[in-house]
Amino acid sequence: MSNEDERQARTRGLAFTAKSQLLTTDDVTRAVRRMAHEIVERNHDVVSLSIIGLQTGGRAPASALASILAEISGQPVSAGMLDVSFYRDDLSRNPLVTSSATNIDHDLTDRTVVLVDDVLFTGRTIRAALNALSDWGRPRAVQLAVLVDRGHRELPIRPDYVGKNLPTSQDEAIVATLEGVWIGTREPS
Amino acid sequence: MSAIIIRQGLVVGEHVSAVADVLIVDGRIAEVAATIDAPSDAHELDARDCWVGPGFVDLHAHLREPGREAAESIESGARAGALGGYCALIAMPNTEPALDNVALVSYVLERGARTPLDIAVAGAITKERRGELLAPMAEMAALGVRLFTDDGVGVQDPSVMRRALTYAKPLGVRLAQHCEDEQLAAGGTMNEGALSGRLGLIGRPALAEELMVLRDIELVRLTTAPLHFLHLSTSRSVQMVLGARDEGLPVTFEVAPHHFTLDEGACASYDPVFKVHPPLRSPGDVAALRDALRRGVVDAVATDHAPHAPELKDLVFDEAPAGMLGLEHAAALTFEALGPAGDPRTFFQVLSRGPARIAQLRENDIRVRHSAHGAAMVSGEDANVTVFDPRSHWSVDRNTLESRSMNTPYDGRAMSGRVRATIAKGRLVVDQGLLT
Amino acid sequence: MDRYEGAVVIESIRGRNLLSLDELSKEAIVEVLDTAESFVEVNRRSIKKVPALKGRVVASLFFEESTRTRLSFETAAKRLSADVLSLAVASSSVKKGESLRDTIATIDALGIDAVVMRHRSSGAALQVSRYVPHVRVINGGDGQHQHPTQGLLDAFTIRQLLSERHDTTGLESGAALFKGLRILIVGDIRHSRVARSDVAAYATLGAEVRLCAPGTLLPEDVATWPVTVASDFDDALAWADVVGLLRLQSERGSGAFVASLSEFTFTHGLTVERARRMKPDALIMHPGPMNRGVEIDSRVVDSSRAVVERQVSNGVPIRMAVLYLSVAGSGEGQTR
Repeated sequence: MSNEDERQARTRGLAFTAKSQLLTTDDVTRAVRRMAHEIVERNHDVVSLSIIGLQTGGRAPASALASILAEISGQPVSAGMLDVSFYRDDLSRNPLVTSSATNIDHDLTDRTVVLVDDVLFTGRTIRAALNALSDWGRPRAVQLAVLVDRGHRELPIRPDYVGKNLPTSQDEAIVATLEGVWIGTREPS
Repeated sequence: MSAIIIRQGLVVGEHVSAVADVLIVDGRIAEVAATIDAPSDAHELDARDCWVGPGFVDLHAHLREPGREAAESIESGARAGALGGYCALIAMPNTEPALDNVALVSYVLERGARTPLDIAVAGAITKERRGELLAPMAEMAALGVRLFTDDGVGVQDPSVMRRALTYAKPLGVRLAQHCEDEQLAAGGTMNEGALSGRLGLIGRPALAEELMVLRDIELVRLTTAPLHFLHLSTSRSVQMVLGARDEGLPVTFEVAPHHFTLDEGACASYDPVFKVHPPLRSPGDVAALRDALRRGVVDAVATDHAPHAPELKDLVFDEAPAGMLGLEHAAALTFEALGPAGDPRTFFQVLSRGPARIAQLRENDIRVRHSAHGAAMVSGEDANVTVFDPRSHWSVDRNTLESRSMNTPYDGRAMSGRVRATIAKGRLVVDQGLLT
Repeated sequence: MDRYEGAVVIESIRGRNLLSLDELSKEAIVEVLDTAESFVEVNRRSIKKVPALKGRVVASLFFEESTRTRLSFETAAKRLSADVLSLAVASSSVKKGESLRDTIATIDALGIDAVVMRHRSSGAALQVSRYVPHVRVINGGDGQHQHPTQGLLDAFTIRQLLSERHDTTGLESGAALFKGLRILIVGDIRHSRVARSDVAAYATLGAEVRLCAPGTLLPEDVATWPVTVASDFDDALAWADVVGLLRLQSERGSGAFVASLSEFTFTHGLTVERARRMKPDALIMHPGPMNRGVEIDSRVVDSSRAVVERQVSNGVPIRMAVLYLSVAGSGEGQTR
């Protein structure tokens, strides 16, 4: 895990213990490539997209998607990062996470925003992201790309592009990065 | 009045202590002997493993009447005193209006006579305690007032203090001083030091007290009039007065339980219950006071019992009035400070015999119908007796105090030693630790 | 101001009161500075609002008048979408002598999550926190004791300006830029809660702090502070990387502590000649409002204007960070 992720996990006071690796680096690379093609197929016009990664887990996947999209289409792709800590509605359940930077240097109006995150679980992070986005402008449409969908949704949120569907139980934990996907547990450290 | 027989306590005399029975009849100690055949109707008091000695005398109690009865009255103060083992209280004159004339002194004496204790009065030195013009000390002395002070503040002007001492001497009365130079004290609210700086509170430097102690020692030397130093709180103050006493100057001093139990660290909570003048001092000062107590060189322990209505102690630290309660806990705190090797004679010396001598209560006073206090514990003496249980363990609850006020700094504190019985003028006022 | 025996060192203000900077560890202070970075960004957007404290009620209780600080706190609360109950008590019917307990109980009965307090008496915020332990208390200045958010925004401003200069970001630098940084504080330190908070913040972050003032305006206990007292003002100015000036209240310069305001300017005013002795890129800071011609010459003010304006504008993100960490970190719904 990156330093940033470790810092975030430490802040939550939880440490991840892997039980097994479900996807290798190659598996993830292939999945991301495939998602990029799906995005092009559905949206045709890459220039009107805005690939926004959610801090912190969606940052690397968003970067990867943006550069593959630029490579495939031969055109520049707008990208950015969004921190949603201030928009969460479940602060009492999840301990405060140190906020990170939001960096969106272009206008979102009339664009199709593709939110990118590592793991889709209850859907509350995405809901917070939708709230945050509404303070940034009025995109024409919002789509969602995730490396892993692990189920257990608590809100009516569904992903448009999925790297891997992984049914899990509530008390299991998933770590999904460009290096691979692991399943395990999160215990207070 | 029926008889009281106190069984098998350690009877603490002036020089010798021994386990004995004490029989009290008609307001007097009738007999002190190894075993006594008491009259059948005598009230039996089991004092085994307890100390039996002369009832305590508080040189320094603020009974707030007249003027601030919401905080305390002479009657409620007397009850609090009795629970604390006191048979006599000296009521301080910083009431509203101040006790600076015979009318008000008579009022307090009269109200005090209705309580089971002997309530004596300390009159003001100056009119309205303003430190400028002398109050009618001779007139007040004729009523039996033996101690005069402007307590709350000291007499700031040295020429006024000199004149007061010179005037008081031939009257045979004693002046007492709250030593703090108000200018140096600069309106401070706690001891001046590193802590006051950190807390952002203006400090009262130790020098404000010590400078006035030094001044008054020299004024005593000049006038040869006796002077009693109220609530000395610093190591240096005590050293200076001990030195003066050793030189033969007619000076005495008292220490207050809060000054030998708590230090300035308590103020870090900004709880106004710890605000007092002179303020709680450094740990070194506290240690010095405790050491002086143990060495037996302290003349008296005096409570400086200062009740304040609860809403006043709810104000911010700066605005709250200074002062804390003391009557109900002085004995236990003195016992604790004397330590496990503490001599019961020292205990009764500082709580009873010393103050009785300073307040001139050793003889009974027909004018005010006060009995004699600080007894040697022999037959014939007035029966002002306190039974103290050194093995009692208890804790303080501010909600169950006898005082009308609640500003005790000891709430929740574990205490060792408790007054089991108080016999004032031959009457059993407190039994089993409760008012009768 | 060394950690005294038994001091509780707070590692984070999440879900806690902010009463005094001398209780905070370096990590706690850096956490506030880092969180404030995000709010600087929020304050640059066209919609300068986030829903982090939506549904929470923040009361602002200013027993001592201060329009600037009160507005800064209230703006911070509103930008977090909190509801604000504003009580400028100094001008209300609350008189001196009314129990603090009664005043706070009345407000608490309306249901509040946090109170921002300023009072002329040291320790007032701590006393209030004991009356309402379920409410988060933010000290906006208590007597001569502490003004924590001022200390934090001053440290934040220094970090911000120095990281721009070193082409890094505040977040990346953490507390590194303070290590060995030379900070001089000048003026009425004795009576200043800002000075106490500043010294606590700077010393904890690792800076080297010197104080310079007329003898009567130094605190009695300065020997226990983590600072050095500079006897020569000109040498100290040449030494410093940052010079923090304090406001001299006119009543202090009326003869009791210092003979006159002009005497103060003569010994410790930042005049044009003295300003020339400073390092060319040294920062001049002031918590405001400035007494032009007393602690600082008008012409010097203009050259330091940019820094002082940063201090003022950083007030809102710092206060947003404090409110966010303290209140949002308490968990929802506990007071309602």
